[in-house]
Amino acid sequence: MTGAAYRRTLAGITLAAVLLALPAPPSAADVPLPDVPRGRGEQCVEPSDVMRRDHMEFLEHQRDRTVHDGIRTKRHSLIECIACHATRGEDGGYVAVNAPGQFCAGCHAYTGVKIDCFECHVAVPAGESARNGERARGTAVPVVAVGWADAVQRRLPAAARR
Amino acid sequence: MGEGATREKNGRRAFLGRAGVGIGASLVALAPGVRLIDLVIAKPEAEPVSGAVRWGMLVDTTRCAEGCTACVDACNDEHGLESLGRPETDAQWIRKADVHDPATGRTFSLPLLCQHCESAPCVDVCPTGASFRRDDGIVLVDKHICIGCRYCMMACPFKARSFIHETLSGQKPYSPRGKGTVESCTFCVHRVDDDRSPACVEACEADAGGALSFGDLNDPDSDVVTRLRAVASREIRPDLGLDTGVRYAGV
Repeated sequence: MTGAAYRRTLAGITLAAVLLALPAPPSAADVPLPDVPRGRGEQCVEPSDVMRRDHMEFLEHQRDRTVHDGIRTKRHSLIECIACHATRGEDGGYVAVNAPGQFCAGCHAYTGVKIDCFECHVAVPAGESARNGERARGTAVPVVAVGWADAVQRRLPAAARR
Repeated sequence: MGEGATREKNGRRAFLGRAGVGIGASLVALAPGVRLIDLVIAKPEAEPVSGAVRWGMLVDTTRCAEGCTACVDACNDEHGLESLGRPETDAQWIRKADVHDPATGRTFSLPLLCQHCESAPCVDVCPTGASFRRDDGIVLVDKHICIGCRYCMMACPFKARSFIHETLSGQKPYSPRGKGTVESCTFCVHRVDDDRSPACVEACEADAGGALSFGDLNDPDSDVVTRLRAVASREIRPDLGLDTGVRYAGV
């Protein structure tokens, strides 16, 4: 068999396998979807279907821009994600977004994708401690960051430096 | 400065702000390093940091009291560095060293931190590019790509870096830290990007002798350059030719 014919056959077999493997398109009612808490506000920073597919890209690019170039825009910042998507528990305290059933963990458990953001990043909004619900790892330690919370809230254009 | 000059300056700043000109805008460059008008304007949030700035620090050891740990405490608070009860491996971004000269009997105290070298050995040896120097001279670890090999810790002549051996929790939002990565003083990069001084500098100014000054080494009017002009200072280990961003007076 020539190389070209071999490649054609291989392509044919692959296509057939893919077609066979595709299930019949399910109706919406058949598919159990993760039930995650809604974020604050009407609309996320991008349309929801874009966010579902590409949030990791936004976060990764923002992460590189922030760490290497000092660009600290808020639109795709992880801190801002958490600020909108963390929910409050029964006692009024924030629940970590990586706690079971919460915004990040809810979907990631459903899709079977492990995230390691929260091995280093804190999973509750700035200036708050996770008082309700367990963190994915370790014990919750109160986070006191009043200065930063203020800075995030009132991010005024920095005054001209002398 | 007369009122007219002030107004003119403000007008120019406002104009440049509108025009989106970033930090250290040089309007007219006559020759390399010689500029007719040199303005330093706070970096807009969406602009990348620029090489026109080089952040640096002067430590005036004559104002640094033995036993005072204001800078160390402020750093630990700012970045959530907590002791895990094992001092040998606890993270330490700034530490106090007491120096004794046996020949003369003179003793003095100085804080040691990442020296933010121009030619940083930690950056040279890093196999993944996690250890890097930002354009404005701040040497950082990108913990997203750090594999925890600790070559940088071996290479650093100042023992400035720490390795995180244990799972952490309760980190500060602006200072993510985690197991398996190396970390060191960031010159409080989150504060610098927000036009504020590092926590240690602020604490030393407020609660101690004001031994630390911080600023842009390229700006002749900055705090640090003003003081560098006035006092004799040196790098520690100048023999290594690293061109450190931190200089010491009175050593």
